[in-house]
Amino acid sequence: MMIFADDTLTFEKLADIVQQVMTGVGASLGIFFLTLLFSLPLGMLIAFGRMSRFKPLSLIVKLYISIVRGTPLMLQLLVVFFGPYYLFRIPTTPDYRFYAVIIGFSLNYAAYFAEIYRAGIQAVPKGQHEACEILGYSRAQKFFKVVFPQMMKNILPAITNEVITLVKDTSLAFAIAYTEMFTVAKQVAAAKSTIMPLFVAGLFYYVFNFVVAFIMERIEKKMNYFR
Amino acid sequence: MKLLEIKNLRKSFDDLEVLKDISLDVSEGQAVSILGPSGSGKSTLLRCMSMLETVDGGSMAYCGKPAVTDGKYVSKAELKEIKSYFSLVFQSFNLFPHYTVMKNICDAPIHVMKRDKKEVTENALALLEKMGLSDKADYYPYQLSGGQQQRVAIARALNMKPKMLFFDEPTSALDPELTAEILKVLKELAEEKMTMVIVTHEIAFARSISDHVIFMDGGVIVEQGKPADVIDNPSNERTQAFLKKLEQ
Repeated sequence: MMIFADDTLTFEKLADIVQQVMTGVGASLGIFFLTLLFSLPLGMLIAFGRMSRFKPLSLIVKLYISIVRGTPLMLQLLVVFFGPYYLFRIPTTPDYRFYAVIIGFSLNYAAYFAEIYRAGIQAVPKGQHEACEILGYSRAQKFFKVVFPQMMKNILPAITNEVITLVKDTSLAFAIAYTEMFTVAKQVAAAKSTIMPLFVAGLFYYVFNFVVAFIMERIEKKMNYFR
Repeated sequence: MKLLEIKNLRKSFDDLEVLKDISLDVSEGQAVSILGPSGSGKSTLLRCMSMLETVDGGSMAYCGKPAVTDGKYVSKAELKEIKSYFSLVFQSFNLFPHYTVMKNICDAPIHVMKRDKKEVTENALALLEKMGLSDKADYYPYQLSGGQQQRVAIARALNMKPKMLFFDEPTSALDPELTAEILKVLKELAEEKMTMVIVTHEIAFARSISDHVIFMDGGVIVEQGKPADVIDNPSNERTQAFLKKLEQ
């Protein structure tokens, strides 16, 4: 198999490729961490909206989740990026490319997290709510003291799944020409006629996710102090 | 003094009338047992008394304070006060799994009732000793047997310092030998003149500790009175049939 078009692989060439691909890592990490920062709390709000007894709100939120889950993230990124101009004639600055990525990713992941939270909250037995009621806890006390810790334990495996998917999804930012690691890797591969940058990118995703899985496993173990 | 007065209580789930015109009184220091077949409405009655269910009609008063008058509840603030007069022990314990035994017992008195932490903790230790669980203060519920968990649940309820204690089939989730543990605790509480209302299937137990026995069937109180009368010498044929079935 040809790794390079001229079929020679030297250490210098490899080091050069790794160095170039790594220039995109900062952008990928930025998408990853900022998306988590915004979507994890936003998902909680959406989950509350979804479970609201106020029907119009819960229906709107349900529709939102349905659309986000039913259409590709790539398409959503395009809508967030081009929408302001094509729909409302609002001119966008070059900086907006980055914001569009973070907004698109956060809105998308928040919807998935919301459904995970909802499942986790609903899995807390009714008896726990009744015990809180009898002991006189306020709604806030009930949520933070009793429901939240049990919900977290319930949902950790599902959250791990989403976080791992997010690592790989960061590459979708290319859809609106935001340069992150995978975009760089493809450019280098095309420029040098070699598949090596793609292997480097693949290794990066794998190692990143290995670390994510390791950390999440540690957190899961920490939550094992109760059953 | 009457701690609980219930008059003409009604409760329906959709079209099904579960409680029809229930009236009963509980005096201070009394142990009242509620017996009856499944679906007789006895658990629903206890849940209405505990305010886990809202009633459709009738009146309830706790320690002389009206909570519901002709189906209408008093204000939230007044209900909050009234709710501190009683506590409930559940069939399935409902301890908080992520809290230690000690935290289960102390959290609400400290953070809901705003009582002094030291006083609450000392009281909790005394209660644990009484329950024979002094060495389990730092355990989590899953590390305890069902009987131990239920004793922790009773300690949790007692640490709220209620004026009366309700029990919803406290031994139904337990093996016979663990049931004995709980019945012993209840017997001690009855001897200390704790005011209690107990929904139970344990007829012999109800006879030995109750001052008053209520037999329910089909959403009405069929018969009530001294245990010797209701259990040993029932006058109503539905009570007779129920007790006879149990003997078989």
